[in-house]
Amino acid sequence: MLKLEGVSKTYKVGAFARQDLAAVRDVSFELRPGEVVSLIGESGSGKSTIGRMILRLTSTTSGTITFGGKDIATLRRGALRDYYREAQGVFQDPFSTYNPVFKADRVLTMIRQSYFPDVGDADWRTRVREALAAVSLNPDLVLDKYPHQLSGGQLQRLLIARALLLDIKLLVADEVISMLDASTRIDVLNLLADLKERGLAVLFITHDLSLGNYLADQTVILRRGSIVERGATAEVFGDPTHPYTRTLLSSVPRLGERWTDTELEHGPCRYHQLHPDGTDPAGPALAAVGDDHFVACFALGEDRKCGQP
Amino acid sequence: MLKVEDLRVYYRSLRGDVQALDGVSFSLADKEIMGLVGESGCGKSTLGKSLIRLDGRMRHVGGSAELDGETLPIADDARMNEFRFRKVSVIPQYAMSALNPTRRIGRMVRELVESRGIRFPTVRAELDRRLALVGLDQDVLERFPIELSGGMKQRMVMVISTLLNPSLLIADEVTSALDVSTQKAVATALAGFRDHDLVRSMIVITHDVSLVYQIADTIMVMYAGKLAEKAATDVIVSRPKHPYTQLLISALPEVGVRYDGKRLVGIPGSPPSLRPAPTGCRFRDRCPLAFDKCAEQPPFVEVEPGHSVACWKAS
Ligand SMILES: Nc1ncnc2c1ncn2[C@@H]1O[C@H](COP(=O)(O)OP(=O)(O)OP(=O)(O)O)[C@@H](O)[C@H]1O
Ligand SMILES: Nc1ncnc2c1ncn2[C@@H]1O[C@H](COP(=O)(O)OP(=O)(O)OP(=O)(O)O)[C@@H](O)[C@H]1O
Ligand code: SF4
Ligand SMILES: [Mg+2]
Ligand SMILES: [Mg+2]
Repeated sequence: MLKLEGVSKTYKVGAFARQDLAAVRDVSFELRPGEVVSLIGESGSGKSTIGRMILRLTSTTSGTITFGGKDIATLRRGALRDYYREAQGVFQDPFSTYNPVFKADRVLTMIRQSYFPDVGDADWRTRVREALAAVSLNPDLVLDKYPHQLSGGQLQRLLIARALLLDIKLLVADEVISMLDASTRIDVLNLLADLKERGLAVLFITHDLSLGNYLADQTVILRRGSIVERGATAEVFGDPTHPYTRTLLSSVPRLGERWTDTELEHGPCRYHQLHPDGTDPAGPALAAVGDDHFVACFALGEDRKCGQP
Repeated sequence: MLKVEDLRVYYRSLRGDVQALDGVSFSLADKEIMGLVGESGCGKSTLGKSLIRLDGRMRHVGGSAELDGETLPIADDARMNEFRFRKVSVIPQYAMSALNPTRRIGRMVRELVESRGIRFPTVRAELDRRLALVGLDQDVLERFPIELSGGMKQRMVMVISTLLNPSLLIADEVTSALDVSTQKAVATALAGFRDHDLVRSMIVITHDVSLVYQIADTIMVMYAGKLAEKAATDVIVSRPKHPYTQLLISALPEVGVRYDGKRLVGIPGSPPSLRPAPTGCRFRDRCPLAFDKCAEQPPFVEVEPGHSVACWKAS
């Protein structure tokens, strides 16, 4: 349904935009109906940029993104609107999505104006209540309030409710649970699980590995813009192969167990064991280390050569 | 050291006050890192903001806060200015959206420092050292906020807020936008700030109990504008006394669970409206142990040394 092929993004940064910053490098993966792919990676690794490119909020520098076989870069007006009817995102920093001048529930009213002008008032109110209930929000507490009157978690759930009002097929969820407490978080995750059962595809951007596992069929580990490991969640979590994935798993805070220091191991690189002469100038791709499990060269994205510490 | 006594801060709204912080008393010892946890909307950020700056709609209704023997002039925005940044500093929730988008980071830091009457060159070396401490490159100073990722901005704000070695640092959800390895680095850096005496004590607001478990000496749990429980970290985690804390701890997932194997359950129900707040124990509707007496508000009392709870069943 959604397919990314060789997608890259380079930003111009610094004084007079003279420097290039490769935020996303040659990323390919696929998302099928009813599938949850979790995108995990360190801060600055390009996760949000990928999400934004999928929703066409940022252009790609190269590569293609197709939705239902159509290149989304070619969508114009009506077709783009139809795309947004099916694909929506909830982004990391909810405050930036709201206009402080308007009441927060305007984000819901705007959906009605653009997509459901014919729905009657009573019917609409019911739909709004249902959507709010699905994200455990009490309508009396959140409707008719300004964004600054709501807490971070409340604003974020309001955005999920907005996405639910549309009968979407693809949701880009960028750190939607990171601001929520354990109990509310479980409610939102279970909601996503139910939607997934009904065929919704979710790109679940998260840094929470203890929960990345809960929903995801596929896991993609991103580092400095490149995929370093990806595959079936059970394989990636069960047999983490890239040293970065291992570091991540050992950093997960666990109750009752204090962090210990782990040494980041270096080589011998599994990628080059499988591709001894894999010195493709286009950069190393991924090597299969299992049925549905791929890993990149361990030095990819590092400031060192493969095999050297 | 910080001493908060019966602090009440409400939000004004057209349809009556929101009793977001309603009679909160606790103290924070020197060198203490206290984790502050609780459900979304329970008033954690409100407590943090009350100790540094009330926004236009917040009203100091009662109670006091004392830092190192001086009473904080909570309701007096102008007088609080002497304390902000130098003595009490906050890393706000979504600090990243607070960065001025039109200024380069470096220039912003310079302006901020100079607004406190300090010459920038005198702190420059320290700034570089602290950037390194949180794993940022010096060239972030040349960049604009939009050019940094969420986590990079968060760490930048952390460095700025602690530059003048405040006595009390309030960190509001500073790690929730970070990946676990950066979380570990930032949380360890926070604890390091305390260990190196760069800040004297710290309130770490988060929803992530497993994270504060790693660095906090004590954990305080809030529920619907009131304190539910405060105790040493290990006590909260292994033998909590408040029913809400017990449910909260047991709702934490273990690494590796899947919804099709073991569907997690949260705490049924939702917190009450705070405009106005209900009488009696605010957890009553959702509490599996509720009984007649809970129609009265339970006091927050010490049930054993260093362990305070607000529940009729706990004392
Ligand atoms: N509008 C922009 N202009 C220039 N650079 C940008 C822009 N947006 C992001 N970047 C840069 O691109 C890189 C990737 O950023 P992105 O926000 O995608 O990271 P992320 O993985 O979502 O990180 P986080 O977990 O911290 O949110 C970062 O180095 C960031 O500085
Ligand atoms: N300006 C305001 N006017 C009215 N009510 C407000 C205002 N700001 C916050 N509130 C309400 O006060 C309560 C406490 O909010 P606060 O931001 O302190 O919660 P929090 O515990 O930090 O939540 P989160 O974990 O989601 O950040 C919430 O119910 C919120 O809706
Ligand atoms: S006071 Fe009563 S309702 Fe409140 S937590 Fe204790 S038992 Fe439950
Ligand atoms: Mg991001
Ligand atoms: Mg908050």
